Amino acid sequence: MATTATSPARESRDSVVIRFAGDSGDGMQVTGGRFTIETALAGNDLTTFPDYPAEIRAPAGTTYGVSAFQIHFGAVDVMTPGDQVDVLVAMNPAALKVDLKDLRVGGTVVVDLGAFTERNLAKAGFTTNPLDDGSLAPYQVLKLDVTKLTLDAVKPSGLQSREAHRCRNMWALGLMLWMYGRDREATVGWLKQKFAGRPELVQANVAALNAGHAYGETAEMSEYGVGYTVRRAPVAPGVYRTVSGTEAIAWGLLAGLRAAGLERMIFAGYPITPASVLLHTLAGLARYGVITFQAEDEISAIGAAVGAAYAGALGVTSTSGPGMALKTEMLGLAIATELPLVVVDSQRAGPSTGMPTKAEQSDLLQAVHGRNADAPLVVLAAATATDCFDVAIEAVRLATKYMTPVILLSDAFLAHAAEPWRMPDLDRLPRFPVRFRTEPAGFHPFLRDAETLARPWARPGTPGLEHRIGGLEKDYDTGHISYDPENHARMTRARAEKIAGIANDIPPQSVALGADHGAVAVVGWGSTYGAIHQAVRRARQDGVDASHIHLRYLSPFPRNLGELLKRFDRVLVPELNTGQLVQLLRATYLVPAEGLNKVQGKPFKVSEIAEAIR
Amino acid sequence: MTVTTITDAELQPKDYASDQEVRWCPGCGDYAILKAVHKAMAEVGARRERTVVVSGIGCAARFPYYMSTYGFHTIHGRAPAIATGIKLANPELDVWVMTGDGDGLSIGGNHMLHVLRRNVDLQIVLFNNEIYGLTKGQYSPTSRRGTKSPSTPGGSVDYPVSACAFALGAGARFVARSVDTLQGHLVGVLQRAHAHRGASFVEVFQNCVVFNDGAFDNFTAKDGAADTQLHVEHGKPLIFGARRDRGLRLKPGKLEIEVVTLSEGGVTPADLLVHDQTNRGLAHLLVALEPPGFPVALGVIYCNPAPSFEALVHAQAGAAGTGRQPPDLAELLMTKEGTWTVR
Repeated sequence: MATTATSPARESRDSVVIRFAGDSGDGMQVTGGRFTIETALAGNDLTTFPDYPAEIRAPAGTTYGVSAFQIHFGAVDVMTPGDQVDVLVAMNPAALKVDLKDLRVGGTVVVDLGAFTERNLAKAGFTTNPLDDGSLAPYQVLKLDVTKLTLDAVKPSGLQSREAHRCRNMWALGLMLWMYGRDREATVGWLKQKFAGRPELVQANVAALNAGHAYGETAEMSEYGVGYTVRRAPVAPGVYRTVSGTEAIAWGLLAGLRAAGLERMIFAGYPITPASVLLHTLAGLARYGVITFQAEDEISAIGAAVGAAYAGALGVTSTSGPGMALKTEMLGLAIATELPLVVVDSQRAGPSTGMPTKAEQSDLLQAVHGRNADAPLVVLAAATATDCFDVAIEAVRLATKYMTPVILLSDAFLAHAAEPWRMPDLDRLPRFPVRFRTEPAGFHPFLRDAETLARPWARPGTPGLEHRIGGLEKDYDTGHISYDPENHARMTRARAEKIAGIANDIPPQSVALGADHGAVAVVGWGSTYGAIHQAVRRARQDGVDASHIHLRYLSPFPRNLGELLKRFDRVLVPELNTGQLVQLLRATYLVPAEGLNKVQGKPFKVSEIAEAIR
Repeated sequence: MTVTTITDAELQPKDYASDQEVRWCPGCGDYAILKAVHKAMAEVGARRERTVVVSGIGCAARFPYYMSTYGFHTIHGRAPAIATGIKLANPELDVWVMTGDGDGLSIGGNHMLHVLRRNVDLQIVLFNNEIYGLTKGQYSPTSRRGTKSPSTPGGSVDYPVSACAFALGAGARFVARSVDTLQGHLVGVLQRAHAHRGASFVEVFQNCVVFNDGAFDNFTAKDGAADTQLHVEHGKPLIFGARRDRGLRLKPGKLEIEVVTLSEGGVTPADLLVHDQTNRGLAHLLVALEPPGFPVALGVIYCNPAPSFEALVHAQAGAAGTGRQPPDLAELLMTKEGTWTVR
């Protein structure tokens, strides 16, 4: 057995997709997260896709308890989690059963032999052992007894078997880090911090990590193949970190708070998957001016945000589909009283409870139209994890400048997906200081700004501006209650014109890739950005005159959008719903837009869109 | 809108009234409550620019429009949620929630439960008329069994909720009761509610002249009031009656209250219960008393302050930032484990 540290020559790859899959309790999300950090530190571009069950601990070994984490990384521009998996790490038979279908023919599957017991095979629904029955013939299979190798490696730490067993994920991580030539230092440091006060756990996990790595370095690996190198991606100079969509929204809101010159953000939420992470992220950031409030329900959460806005703070609430439905009436109040408010909706598959951890883009029509009566507001959508930062700032700008609720659409995929982020120069971010009304002379609460049509923001505590507002219709000229028919028509128009006018305060719609006219415009919004972009790129390489147009502003639309779409022969609208944006575009611009729709709780594959463009 | 320049020290009850015409039905008990609130505010020297009156939906919910303070007429049942947001945003504001039996105990029951248990520093005044007025007379969650209404032509069959028992059960630390027609008493109770830091819950029996007229006559009618009302005062014996000769005592050997008459059967003043506003168990017994066998307990039934929610939240948030300069966002974005530089 060779003991030298010299590795065989490594093969070079432009990009690779790895999926770590195992039982919910196997630590696959942690493993994927650590691989992501080490990969980011190695300078690759990347996108991740955590995919886990809604059950916290589904029965061990079952297929519905499988938790997976996919990472696509490369020396090239990486924009999606990857259509097909190159390397599947399957920690048990159930993971193999669930995830093998996404492995490309010729791809590598790493299995833990120790987990392929008869009992586990039966739980996963295998009648024969896939390791022996030839069903893995199209793939390169690395059968390793990860369980035994881990237990041997951690023996010196003296852990009980249960805890020792849980180090398997670090062994697998160590092996994968070796396979792609990644460092381990950051992970060792992280383990020391995570298990501070439990030195035996630090020792065991580091031992498992190192053992997996060492296993790759020894000759034992050579029979299976070699290691790979993936060069650094050519990216703009700057300081980078990885960021998830949720983190980016949290920081964007804080940046927006500062840009608006407001002292305090009241962030009120009610626990709901996958939106709760935003509440958790902001809960620890009191010193940046945010007070978080876990309300008794979704209605109370948005109610507290509306109350906070009335009192002069930045009111923010966050939820997911079913919670949005509950917030509807309060959104109407915020529209009627014209108060600034930011509502973050992390969309998930529905209707009703649906599939809480799976992504969908099916709340668009709810966001744009889902209220009683004529109740216009602003709807924005973030395209990527890093875009979430900018969109959150923009949401705060529009809410405070126009005294309106703004719905920021994210989704279950964006919420958890991570990508490298070149940190912005915070000094160069936009500033849009709020000017509270203080002058009593001539004041009434619905006195509109001539340019923005926004009403004044008059905080309680300001002498001379005592006023009453509410959900009843107001007189245009005095702000008092009014049932006058002409006045109601005028106020309805004013509310609509205020939102429509925002089109003049946002950038005209640009084309993300391709010309501003041609054969086909592929129009998307939200987290489908990467898949559409790559599909359009592929189509263009194949000579198709295609362009990618991606909308951040869904209400109001950018002022040039209709005219832009009419310059294309065909408008294709891929969406993770049954056709919502396509309906809005057809209704608004009378363009013969066609939908491409997927509702499987999974992101688009590049190939699916590329197929439809042809 | 008229802008006045009266200084706070000079404010009279009328200065808390807005310029809007009050539009409740003639004879509605809400007029008396409005008057009492104006008086109470003048008594406590409330500053109009710091006072916010929040309401939900219903007859009582029109209240903010008739005040010269800040006001927010919100949506059905949600005033406690909005008031909580206001207090979190600015704990310095003096916030009142005006609600009714339908608003506060039916559609908004959940928010009422939580605002009370959290102990948000608010004065919550629940106008209980045992009926839905604004929607034209349906029975409410406080309506007595058998109430005939447009939605219950055969009489309601469900059991009513007791507003004060609900408040105590939710963990309220200030629970009081008064009647719209007891002007002096009501002003006093509202002043006490205002002085209490934390959630103060005040139930006001309010007569709806149109849909439920006389619902409380059995204990509010002037001629029998002395025998049907028990005005509780902390530290004083629980005594009532036109001749002040009747009182409450614990039934020997039972956790039950009985009415006794002084000097009958050897009962002396020493046998009577003395009101202790910090005793939650006693408060539960008192709010359950009903005619005809018992008088209705009025006044401050329970008062046992504890730090309020928004004060605790702000103290915790303040502690998180103690001794630090306002932090730079850049510091937040930098992470110990994962930044790299591309040159």
